[in-house]
Amino acid sequence: MEKETKLYTLIIFSENRAGVLNQVTNVFTRRQVNIESLNASPSGIDGVHRYTITCRADEDAIRTLTLQIEKKIDVIRADYFEKNEIYVMEQALYKIATPALLADKEISKAIRLLGGRIVEVNPAYSIVSKEGLPEEVRGLYDRLQAKGCVLQYVSSGVIAVTKSRREELAEYLQQRDEACRTGR
Amino acid sequence: MQNELLTGAEILMRSLEAEGVDVLFGYPGGAIMPVYDALYDHRDRLHHVLVRHEQGAAHAAEGYARVSGRAGVCLVTSGPGATNTITGIADAMMDSTPIVVISGQVGAQLLGSDAFQECDLVDITQPITKWACQIRRAADVAAAVSRAFYIARTGRPGPVVLDFTKNAQTELAPYVPARVEAIRSYVPEPATPPEALEQAAALIGGAARPLVLVGQGVTLAGAEEELRSFVERLDAPAGCTLLGLSALPTGHPLNMGMLGMHGALALNRKTQECDVLVAVGMRFDDRITGNVATYARQAMKVHFDIDPAEFNKNVRVDLAVPGDCRKTLRAVTELLPQGDHRAWRESFAEAADEERRTVVDPQTHPATGPLRMAEVVRCVADVTGGDAVVVTDVGQNQMFAARYSRFTKPRSFVSSGGMGTMGFGLPAAIGATFGQEGPVVLFVGDGGLQMTVEELGTIMEQSSPVKIVLLNNNYLGNVRQWQALFFHRRYSFTPMLNPDYEKIAEAYGIPATTVTERGSLAEAVALMMRAHGPYLLQVAVMEEDNVLPMCCPGNDVDDMLLTADDDGLQ
Ligand SMILES: Cc1ncc(C[n+]2csc(CCOP(=O)(O)OP(=O)(O)O)c2C)c(N)n1
Ligand SMILES: [Mg+2]
Repeated sequence: MEKETKLYTLIIFSENRAGVLNQVTNVFTRRQVNIESLNASPSGIDGVHRYTITCRADEDAIRTLTLQIEKKIDVIRADYFEKNEIYVMEQALYKIATPALLADKEISKAIRLLGGRIVEVNPAYSIVSKEGLPEEVRGLYDRLQAKGCVLQYVSSGVIAVTKSRREELAEYLQQRDEACRTGR
Repeated sequence: MQNELLTGAEILMRSLEAEGVDVLFGYPGGAIMPVYDALYDHRDRLHHVLVRHEQGAAHAAEGYARVSGRAGVCLVTSGPGATNTITGIADAMMDSTPIVVISGQVGAQLLGSDAFQECDLVDITQPITKWACQIRRAADVAAAVSRAFYIARTGRPGPVVLDFTKNAQTELAPYVPARVEAIRSYVPEPATPPEALEQAAALIGGAARPLVLVGQGVTLAGAEEELRSFVERLDAPAGCTLLGLSALPTGHPLNMGMLGMHGALALNRKTQECDVLVAVGMRFDDRITGNVATYARQAMKVHFDIDPAEFNKNVRVDLAVPGDCRKTLRAVTELLPQGDHRAWRESFAEAADEERRTVVDPQTHPATGPLRMAEVVRCVADVTGGDAVVVTDVGQNQMFAARYSRFTKPRSFVSSGGMGTMGFGLPAAIGATFGQEGPVVLFVGDGGLQMTVEELGTIMEQSSPVKIVLLNNNYLGNVRQWQALFFHRRYSFTPMLNPDYEKIAEAYGIPATTVTERGSLAEAVALMMRAHGPYLLQVAVMEEDNVLPMCCPGNDVDDMLLTADDDGLQ
């Protein structure tokens, strides 16, 4: 019986220590869940790292997986979210051939219509930048690719913030710091 | 005094002493020599046990930890010394055993250069440790050690690796004693929602046919008394996992024996009849559940555990009670009315009788034929009165020891559960002699003994009073049994050509005898237990004996073979 899979986004906060990313991705490997995108960066809080990971899984798997990640000593918190609970964004760069861009008006039209910005032009190539939902970013790529003008394409992992009205991490850290101070 | 500068190695010694460490299991080598040099001046307070192989150090630390409840400590060199501990580290991770492995490492300036005996132990052990950390500066030693012990022993315990670079061992720093008592990113004990306790009490109190599953979590929490009060208040039959065995005395009227693949027939059958299943500090391993899809489907399940990642991992539960089970059991017991489940309890007798007639009596009291493993274990239990710590290796010897030993004290059964590590027994038994005062009996097979047989040298040197009962069937018996049941008796590489074990023991100065006759068994066991110091008792047992009953892999938990004539192959 195949379980229903969905796209989930995990938001993970950890202490800024060597090897945490390895430990996090290792849990995915063991549970045989493929990571679709991964972003790691400093969070707004000093010394705290933030990981945003998207993957497809069934809810039982994602729940256990999230708890197994949170269990790592240096991981402060791990939570998983469905699409409607978060605001997501992706950034992409498209390097395209300038001669093609000049020869085919449809290309610059597509860039404009789909919200791309041309950030560099020289006789050999041009660079287009775009941010948006993952499917939008991919959409522009597909259009350009159909024109055969793409020299390079890169997209960042998805980044996401929760739509919750409470800033749970900040509250949680305050509570943990307090617990550490009082030794309880 | 405050500003006195010490080497990192000396700081390590003082930090270990501050943690209350009194014994280390180790083996020296180039990258850990400064530590061994410092140890030379501390050898009166820190008793160092020189093992004969680093795997032995890790298992000995496990044995020490399992009987004492305190973290066992290993000290090894870099590279091969470090990698030799890996089996023990993985074993400790699976079985939630607190050990701290301190390994030497090349100097920080050489890291990543493939220097002599450099090996990235931290990365290798990350998935099989609770925490792994590299110490690169002498000033970090005290804090890292305290953190390591705090992590190893708190919450759900587990192994910790401290990889200690050579420069950090020799450099100077002030010794600032550290006492880690909390870590921001680590919550050892999850909060227990009060409503979970109330719901648990309501569910459990309302049960008509409750069944309690006792795991090692009870032992780890030191909750043996709380468990006992709980099952007595509930008046519910209880079964123990392999590692939960000594958490409830064998003779307790509510203790129905062991669960799982080679567990008690009555327990496994009743698992499919109970209406409320109460799991305490166990993780629904596949050796317990058999086919998970059909496991206790009819029952409401309540799971007490300190590790939230265990809830709904293997088996879906209706109610999770996170927290230290010493506290949660006590709280739930207080909310429970005195139960009376006499009819339900007594309904276990039918299957228990059937098992006694078909399996237990013929195996423990055979009138004729070769000696059986079961009767040897039973004989040892009779002689010790269940007073000894029983350590096992892995295989048939382990299952017979688990089924037929008697336990009267907490922390008196030591076995490799989750990993099933052959070679665990002998070094773990050595460790157990350092972790408590009482007698230690090891049951080991002819295969497993040879996996870490070099530790007889450690026994010789330490005069460790390990009573080794070698159950020699000239087979890798457990695998042979599976070949008999599932591979048409094709005994592919399981017959064992054995050496003369008495001579081996003799070479190490360990008294030894061999028993081949039923008539001389009891006397030989009594002699072994009376002897001072180590002893090897080899028993020539039936070669093709089978551990029964058996729930074959993947079968429903109540579908157990009672004789090996049943065809496991169907
Ligand atoms: C390190 C290791 N290798 C292989 C196995 C697989 N295995 C499990 S039991 C067993 C046979 C053990 O034979 P022996 O030690 O003679 O014990 P017996 O079953 O005969 O009592 C084997 C090979 C294991 N558990 N551990
Ligand atoms: Mg054998």
